[in-house]
Amino acid sequence: MNKYEIAIWVFMLAAFLGFELIRRVSPLLHTPLMSLTNAISAIAVVGAILITGAKDASPLTRGLGFIAVVASTVNVVSGYLITDRMLKMFKKRAPEKH
Amino acid sequence: MDALFPAFYILAAAGFILAIKWMSSPATARRGVIVGEIGMLLAVVGTLLRFEVVNYEWIFIAFFIGSAIGVPIAYMMPMTAVPQRTAVSHACGALASALIGTAEYYRHTPNGFVMCALVLETLLGFLTCTASLMAFGKLQEILPTRPITYKGQNVVNLSVLGLAIIVGIALIVSPEKTWLFPPFALLSLIFGVLLIIPIGGADMPTVIALLNSYAGLSASAMGFALDNKLLIVAGALDGSSGFILSVIMCRAMNRSFSNVLFGAFGTIQTSTAKTMERPVRSASPEEAAEILDAARSVVIIPGYGMAVAQAQHKLREMHDLLTKRGVEVRFAIHPVAGRMPGHMNVLLAEADIPYDKLVEMDEINSDFLRTDVALVIGANDVVNPAATNDKTSPIAGMPILRAFEAGTVMVIKRSMSPGFAGIDNELYYMDKTLMLFGDAKSFVGSIVKELNSVGAAAASAG
Repeated sequence: MNKYEIAIWVFMLAAFLGFELIRRVSPLLHTPLMSLTNAISAIAVVGAILITGAKDASPLTRGLGFIAVVASTVNVVSGYLITDRMLKMFKKRAPEKH
Repeated sequence: MDALFPAFYILAAAGFILAIKWMSSPATARRGVIVGEIGMLLAVVGTLLRFEVVNYEWIFIAFFIGSAIGVPIAYMMPMTAVPQRTAVSHACGALASALIGTAEYYRHTPNGFVMCALVLETLLGFLTCTASLMAFGKLQEILPTRPITYKGQNVVNLSVLGLAIIVGIALIVSPEKTWLFPPFALLSLIFGVLLIIPIGGADMPTVIALLNSYAGLSASAMGFALDNKLLIVAGALDGSSGFILSVIMCRAMNRSFSNVLFGAFGTIQTSTAKTMERPVRSASPEEAAEILDAARSVVIIPGYGMAVAQAQHKLREMHDLLTKRGVEVRFAIHPVAGRMPGHMNVLLAEADIPYDKLVEMDEINSDFLRTDVALVIGANDVVNPAATNDKTSPIAGMPILRAFEAGTVMVIKRSMSPGFAGIDNELYYMDKTLMLFGDAKSFVGSIVKELNSVGAAAASAG
C-alpha cells in the first residue's frame, strides 16, 4: 500500500467518524460546534510552520507561510477562546435571584 | 527523538476527536474545548521540534501577531456578532491553506497525486476566502443583504468555476507551467465573490455551514499534499461537520443545495409583493401583559429580528417574571432562525436563559395545541402556515413552528411590511392573532414594566 492510498483510507475513516460524532451534537450547541471545528481546522498552522521555518524557504514562500501562520494563529486563539466563552453561558438553571 | 514525532500528531488527532465527541452535550462540552486545546498545543510543539524547521524568528513573530489579533476578538466581540466572526474565521482558515498551497507549489512544483491535492486545496482555499469575506460583508451589512441577481448569473458563475477547473487540470498535467498559477488563483478568488452575490440573508445559515465545510476540506487536501495525516483527520472532521450542518439547514428549509446556491431565494419579492390592505388586530403592551399573565403556558418564538433588536435580555426579564408567577415559558427554536446554525441558542444563553427552556422544533411542535400563547418575536417565514397549506408558496414544504395552533398568537413586528422572502404571512390575519407593533426590545420592555406593576398591585392588594 503506497502512502497516498493510506492517506485516502485515513480521510475516509475520519470523514465517517466526523459524521457519526457530529450527528450526535445537540442543535443547541451548533454555533459553538462551528467555532470549535474552525479552531481545529486551524491545524493548517502545522503546514504553515513547516513552510515558514524551512531551511530552503525563499522570500516568497516564507512571506506566504508567515501570513498563513498569522491567519491560522488568529483562528486557533480566537476559536478556542470564543468556544469556551459561549459554552460558559449555557446553564441548566437560571441563577437564583435575590 | 524522531520516533516521537508521530506520537505528538497521533495524540493531537485523538484530542480533536474527543473534543468533538464531548461537544454532544453542554455538560461535557467545556471539557471538549480543553482537550482540543491540548491537541493543538501538541501538534504545534511537535511541529516546531521537527528537524526541517530551522528558522524560528518569523514563526514566533507570526504567533505573536496572530495572538494579538485573536485574543481581543475573542474577548471583546459581542455575542450578536458571532455570525460575522465565524465568517471571518472561515476566511482566515481558507486563506492560510490557500497560501500554504501556493508556497508549496512554488517551492517544489510537485506533480501527479500531490499536485492534484494542491490544486484542490488552493481552489477551495481561495474561493472560500473571498466567499467568506463576502458573507461577512453581508452579515455586517456593509454589502446589501438582499440577493443581487442579474440575467445569466448562473451561466457566468458556472463558466468562471469551469474555467478555474480547466486551468487547474492544466496545472496538474503540466505543473512546470508556472504562469498558469496566478490566473488559476485569480479565477478561484473571483468565483468565491460571484458565489455569494446572489445569496440573501435568510440563506446565510446554510452558506456559512457550507463554507465551513470547504475550509475543512481545503485543510484536508493540504494534508494529502504534505502527506500529513493529522491535517487530513482534522480537515475531514471540519469538512464533515460543515457538511452535516448545511444538510440540516437545507432540510429545515425544504430546499436543496443547488437551490440555495443558485436559486437566489428572496428575489420573488420584487415581483409578487403586493401591498394588500387586510384588517389585523393589534394590541398594546398592557393588553399583551394581561394575556401573558393569564396564560398557563407560553411559547416564545425568536427570529433574526430579536437579534437585531437585541431583545434577548428584556425577554429574560419577562421569562423570569412569568416563571415566578407559575406560567410555563419555553422558547421554540427553528433550525434556520437567525443567521447561522444555533444562533438563537447562543443569544438566549447569553441572556442567562437556562438551556433546558430552549426547545427544538420537532419536540415542541406537538405542544402548540396545548399552548395558551405563542409569542413571535422577529420571526416570520418559520411560522408562516403557507409553508404547509399553500403548494404554490415559495416556501412550500418548509417545516415550520406550528404557532398557529396555539390559543392566542402574538406577533411583535415593526410594521406590516412583508418579511425577508416577501411572502405574506397568513398567521397575521387570523382571528386569534394580535399584532404588537413596535421595536422588539422596547415592546418587551413595556410588557415587563406592566407585569411588574400588576405584580406590585397584586402584592399590595394581598
